[in-house]
Amino acid sequence: MAYFLQQLINGIALGSIYGLIAIGYTMVYGIIGMINFAHGDIFMVGAFIALILFLALLSLGVTMIPLALLIVLLLAMVLTAVWGWTVERIAYRPLRESFRLAPLITAIGMSIVLQNFIQVAQGARVKPLQPVVTGGYTLFTEGDFAVNLSNIQILIVVTTLVLMTVFWLIITRTALGRSQRACEQDRLMAALSGVNVDRTISLTFVLGAALAAVAGLLYLLYYGVIDFYIGFVAGIKAFTAAVFGGIGSLPGAMLGGLIIGLIETFWSAYFTIEYKDVAAFSMLAIVLIFFPTGLLGRPEVEKV
Amino acid sequence: MRSWEEDPLLRAEHLTMRFGGLTAVDDVSFAVGRHDITALIGPNGAGKTTVFNCITGFYKPTEGMIELRQPDGQIFRLEQLDDHDINARARVARTFQNIRLFQGMTVLENLMVAQHNVLMRASGLTVGAILGLGGFRQAEKDAVDFARYWLDRVNLTARADEPAGELPYGDQRRLEIARAMCTRPLLLCLDEPAAGLNARESDALNELLYSIRKQDDIAILLIEHDMSVVMRISDHVVVLDYGRLIADGTTAEARNDPRVIAAYLGVPDEELPVVEREVGL
Repeated sequence: MAYFLQQLINGIALGSIYGLIAIGYTMVYGIIGMINFAHGDIFMVGAFIALILFLALLSLGVTMIPLALLIVLLLAMVLTAVWGWTVERIAYRPLRESFRLAPLITAIGMSIVLQNFIQVAQGARVKPLQPVVTGGYTLFTEGDFAVNLSNIQILIVVTTLVLMTVFWLIITRTALGRSQRACEQDRLMAALSGVNVDRTISLTFVLGAALAAVAGLLYLLYYGVIDFYIGFVAGIKAFTAAVFGGIGSLPGAMLGGLIIGLIETFWSAYFTIEYKDVAAFSMLAIVLIFFPTGLLGRPEVEKV
Repeated sequence: MRSWEEDPLLRAEHLTMRFGGLTAVDDVSFAVGRHDITALIGPNGAGKTTVFNCITGFYKPTEGMIELRQPDGQIFRLEQLDDHDINARARVARTFQNIRLFQGMTVLENLMVAQHNVLMRASGLTVGAILGLGGFRQAEKDAVDFARYWLDRVNLTARADEPAGELPYGDQRRLEIARAMCTRPLLLCLDEPAAGLNARESDALNELLYSIRKQDDIAILLIEHDMSVVMRISDHVVVLDYGRLIADGTTAEARNDPRVIAAYLGVPDEELPVVEREVGL
């Protein structure tokens, strides 16, 4: 029981990170019907930006951890958002009216560009960060097994919940959210109702990248090490999460992230850690057989 | 002088649209009066919808220009604007032949999207909305009030929170007009607004269009096949045939123009030579 509970805690923390990245995939898919394969690498760039900011703050003598965290969080969101915006502007927007595969190919290209850029600029070696958020609580002990809830896990879950709520409010309650949903449904009609479609799409990338930056920061704090390749694996997982939950659906992305995180953690804990990815992807295949649009996805209605 | 020449809101000059070898609109010039209901009529394939698409930025005309004069005298060249600027800055709104509502959003939300620009500006690109700033709240409240006013005008107040896609056909048609009006246009372009409506709904639509012209003082340009509607509500009729302008005048003039009768209404075979002689063919 204690072991199970510990895995549940670990799975939820990991799943929250996947969920934050998955939102970027699902939003972009929702609005322009494209899989932004560079999104995982935006997450990686966000993690690097967070690392650099941490080191800079520490060298400047900012030792108050909550303050440092807040500064890094906000700055990393802004800077990563600029990256997200730039990728959309130079690689996707010029190809928007092109054939369907063109943006997909440039997305893969952008993914490689970002990976290689960071590899060259930051080196290929693994970058460590000293533990910033330490400590935690021992919930209870059973025999000699203690169930721990670390502060970083609390931070991850709380940050994710707060951001999800803010996000949900943006999408459902603000003019930006409404225009995003309008663009999803009928881009031409949205434009003729005065919505600047290009700007709305840009803002979607900006929001997705900002969330990916948060995920990057949390990943950095949780694992303590990053390299230029983390975006690939995490990106594929988050994409899987988005499909799992029903691509285009925001709650679906979050749910999918949690499920993928839990499957991975439990599989590693009870079976073999080498096959954890196989387990996650097999589960995806099984779910898609029974729910072709994902768990919370709406069936695609053919337009007449 | 006629009203549309005296105070034109929109002027199209030598408008030409070619698709490869096909000339869909050929050197068409006309004006739309600021206080008029103008009907654009002609047989199928005459180029009416193409003219609409040029006005609303969906096509860039091959030749010619379209001018829209604001009340303060500022002139926008529509063929040079982006499609959202045609609505947001030049203030032209349109509907399509087929219904294009945001089906998954509620009736009220459809009208809120139409007020997007006011709200985006008020919310400081959403930052204000997140922080719940007062200015944004007020703007949002005003937008809801304006949307409710238009729901009232089109008799949809009771259905405000239903998904737009679930309304009956006639209601969806009226909602489209309300959405277009919520963008606060100077010119409302309607592409066959009465298509598919029954006689009673069609009458209600005529009332609505009439009130938009009379009460809101908004110019209307409409494509319509139902001649009874055209003759009843329009002040000015522009007739196209095979992409060319064949008549431009009041309803009475259009009705009696032999070219219009020949092209649009068709003539019996035995009268054809007579009509052709009059037309000069």
